[in-house]
Amino acid sequence: MLKEDCASELKVHLAKSLPLPSSVNRPRIDLIVFVVNLHSKYSLQNTEESLRHVDASFFLGKVCFLATGAGRESHCSIHRHTVVKLAHTYQSPLLYCDLEVEGFRATMAQRLVRVLQICAGHVPGVSALNLLSLLRSSEGPSLEDL
Amino acid sequence: MDSYDIPESTPSASSRPEDYFVGATPLQKRLESIRKQTSFIPTPPRRKIPQCSQLQEDVDPQKVAFLLHKQWTLYSLTPLYKFSYSNLKQYSRLLNAFIVAEKQKGLAVEVGEDFNIKVIFSTLLGMKGTQRDPEAFLVQILSKSQLPSENREGKVLWTGWFCCIFGDSLLETVSEDFTCLPLFLANGAESNTAIIGTWFQKTFDCYFSPLAINAFNLSWMAAMWTACKVDHYVATTEFLWSVPCSPQSLDISYAIHPEDAKALWDSIHKTPGEVTQEEVDLFMDCLYSHFHRHFKIHLSATRLVRVSTSVASAHTDGKIKILCHKYLIGVLAYLTELAVFQIE
Repeated sequence: MLKEDCASELKVHLAKSLPLPSSVNRPRIDLIVFVVNLHSKYSLQNTEESLRHVDASFFLGKVCFLATGAGRESHCSIHRHTVVKLAHTYQSPLLYCDLEVEGFRATMAQRLVRVLQICAGHVPGVSALNLLSLLRSSEGPSLEDL
Repeated sequence: MDSYDIPESTPSASSRPEDYFVGATPLQKRLESIRKQTSFIPTPPRRKIPQCSQLQEDVDPQKVAFLLHKQWTLYSLTPLYKFSYSNLKQYSRLLNAFIVAEKQKGLAVEVGEDFNIKVIFSTLLGMKGTQRDPEAFLVQILSKSQLPSENREGKVLWTGWFCCIFGDSLLETVSEDFTCLPLFLANGAESNTAIIGTWFQKTFDCYFSPLAINAFNLSWMAAMWTACKVDHYVATTEFLWSVPCSPQSLDISYAIHPEDAKALWDSIHKTPGEVTQEEVDLFMDCLYSHFHRHFKIHLSATRLVRVSTSVASAHTDGKIKILCHKYLIGVLAYLTELAVFQIE
């Protein structure tokens, strides 16, 4: 993501789990992306644990889930449905990307930078909440019965 | 991202809109079922524990004994076009000729190589889940004995069998000309499997693809087979995980006494006769947390590669060995389900 051109300063902070240590002074967080590896149940458990430490205001469009590893079906130990249900419970968009593939990674980075710009308020006329409702309406109606 | 869609079985298979599609061709029915599946339907949260089915009473244990204790490589097979059970003898002859021709095509013919082989097609009675399932059939390659004085059958070189257990979701969508036997199991030299596969693909316009079993399904199998009541345990319950690390992957093996595993399962299990997703997850989580407490390793971050119980053992590469005659149909039913998912 840091390779993408962006008008303002882009900072990415990587963390294995939340909560982040509060002793450090850090700039405002605009977007949280939870990366779930479909090959590892531990990754899902870790994500679920970390979600509890996220302030409720972030869930208005500033949280997004990224599922990786769906391409190698034989290595998956989590069913895709589990992640979909997680994203639905937290009312946040779910993106799929095989992070191991260079091309997909670059595309996803571009996409995330655009989302980040919206969440940071740098795109006039669109807010994080607008984006969230736009993304949600494209999902099928059958999700309602989940 | 459509290539990532993992097709899911639809538990509401019975609510097909038959009234809208009066006189629908099988192709239309099939399209409708595919459209239903790519929309968001959860995996069946419960599955029946394999019980001894009614039809198994007809199966002679002696006749199917040769299916047990052998390692089978799994493939999924699309429906066979214009396959007829009455032409089995003719198929035997054709396949025999094809195999001999293929083997002679090889550049180096070893001296003394025995091309005296015999191919036998036979039906396996009773290997089905419901009456609707087509009959299973068996293909065997036997070596013909060199000495004419010996009358007995030669050694079995290769065995392969095709079956369909509870394949209702596939059977409904296919027309009369097709025979649905989605599960193919092979034992023997890989070269023979390839040759026979080619012959079938050419003759019946079908397609074989290797059936891999992912960790998610392996943990379901572990739970279901541990749930099965076995009179005496022939093997310990064993799991094998593969840790991805460089330069070589590390394997972790975890063996439990089968009675302990059964005791753990019984303490988790609630509804008799059914297994739910939560129970499977809890079963595996108990094993993971026990391991973590002792070794501080998170098994949930590794990949489950092999599951071995007294009922059967399965490897992620699509290899299965069935040990228990009583649950043969149950194991095959689950494998058929996986094969049908892969085809659809």
